[in-house]
Amino acid sequence: MAAIIDIKDLTKTYEDRTVVDHLNLQIEEGEIFGLLGPNGAGKTTTLLMLTTLKPPTSGTALINGFDITKRPDKVRKSIGIVFQEPSTDEILTGYENLKLHGWLYDMPDHLLKERITDVLQLVNLTDRKDDLVKRYSGGMRRRLELARGLMHHPKVLFLDEPTLGLDPQSREGLWRYIEKLAQEKNMTIILTTHYMDEADRLCNRLAIMDKGKIVVLDTPKQLKANLGGDIVRLKAPHLDQERLKALPYVKKISPCDGELCLTVENASSHLQEILTLVGKVDSVEVRIPTLDDVFLHYTGKALKNSDAQGGWTSGPMTGEANE
Amino acid sequence: MSELKGIYALWYREFKVFTRERSRVVSSIINPLLWLFIIGTGLGSFLSFGPVGYQAFLYPGILIMTSLFSAVFFGVYIVWDKKVDFMKEVLVAPMRRTSIFIGKILGGSTDTLIQTMILIVIGIALSFAGILQIHFTVLSILVTVVFLFVITVGLCAIGLIIGSQMESPEGFQLIISFLIFPLFFLSGAIFPIYNQSGVLSTIVLVNPVTYAVDGMRGVLIGRGPQLGQFDPWLDFLVITIFSAIMVAIGTYAFKKMKL
Repeated sequence: MAAIIDIKDLTKTYEDRTVVDHLNLQIEEGEIFGLLGPNGAGKTTTLLMLTTLKPPTSGTALINGFDITKRPDKVRKSIGIVFQEPSTDEILTGYENLKLHGWLYDMPDHLLKERITDVLQLVNLTDRKDDLVKRYSGGMRRRLELARGLMHHPKVLFLDEPTLGLDPQSREGLWRYIEKLAQEKNMTIILTTHYMDEADRLCNRLAIMDKGKIVVLDTPKQLKANLGGDIVRLKAPHLDQERLKALPYVKKISPCDGELCLTVENASSHLQEILTLVGKVDSVEVRIPTLDDVFLHYTGKALKNSDAQGGWTSGPMTGEANE
Repeated sequence: MSELKGIYALWYREFKVFTRERSRVVSSIINPLLWLFIIGTGLGSFLSFGPVGYQAFLYPGILIMTSLFSAVFFGVYIVWDKKVDFMKEVLVAPMRRTSIFIGKILGGSTDTLIQTMILIVIGIALSFAGILQIHFTVLSILVTVVFLFVITVGLCAIGLIIGSQMESPEGFQLIISFLIFPLFFLSGAIFPIYNQSGVLSTIVLVNPVTYAVDGMRGVLIGRGPQLGQFDPWLDFLVITIFSAIMVAIGTYAFKKMKL
């Protein structure tokens, strides 16, 4: 398969800060690709450059064969975007928002009508199409934005935090639409997210970014396997880390939230030995690793929900969006 | 072709929003009428210029006031569009920045012109009732509308230029209030311009709004030292040049607009 997105040394610097640092990445057609990272890692800036809204300081990228710096017009015709903040007009109806989009993309009238019917059905908004967007719930609004991003059948769809601020039910629904799209329309989807479960569920491959660079890139399954074992989380009054480290099957020891997390090969069969060694234990938890562990491992930062919701307030997310 | 459809789309959006926000329309009509009746009647009891009462003198000034406030203020919506991501949706569409600017100008000018049209209709009604001594003829109405259109495009461009460079609506409001009030008060809209001295008279003469007021007053009331002073063609030329320059700057500002 050919790479539909080919990023070459993409860099963005602001005065003394390098936000995106010589990024190199190829994304295949039909992939759902996740871009993860803590706040300020450069995800949104990368997206803004790829969507031609911000010029790179150096380097470039090819999208659908077009250079983002030389043929932004062709790139724009090849892509669709669902932005992080609401981008539909509240005072227009759902239908009018879609119609406007079709006009902006110069779609002929008959095709426009057909596509609107099509996408409204896909996101289940047909019966609400004539309501003002003001009267939509957060989830409906997000679905409308997704529908709009798809209307012109882009080769690549960018989703910036698609489920930010949605309730679990709406998220689940939106995930199903995204999966359906990738399958039925062979669309390439690039998404940024703060939710590890979302990335795990949707992405074929994902990259974790930190300080403008890709730290690691692989399938979610492989990333978890790379950690080299299960997670044992211990809380005990006396912990002798040196002796734990000496055990051959303990791969890694790291503090987590005042407790101790061990990465242990085949934890269920070694648990007894570990517990004997530690002695008195307040609590113990054994689990298979999740993407959260992977994230913590590579960035040294845990993702908390409070961070994820920062975008709706004047928290750190706003800073990132303004980069 | 594609650009035209995009321009139409942007115009359509502004127009729809305008028709749905009734409070905006109503307040934009009420305010000038209050001026006309309160200031016009109050000062009119001991002031008159030329052959007509103060109220009639003020009327062209009120039309300009509506155009000025509504058109320049229109720029604030672009600041709001930037705050949410609607602006990005437009900027990422495959159309030129110039077309986006034109679509916005047309949208804002349409809104403003509708408001001034309503005031013209009210003016005609008042003149039929004998309250306002103004000659409304087909020609004078037509000339007034053309003047209003040309100056509105330029004023709208000013609002959009400022809006495209600003990040907060509060900042926008602060800047335009420093701009709007001098433009309005020093345009001859509420008092004649012929008898002023020094700095004030210079400001009046470089203020493009002066020529819009002068042209409309000349055609709606008559020419004379306290009424329309300049040649109407001169008035028209000045505001056309002004608006053309503003549109040119606006096109440039939109090309350079950052998110």
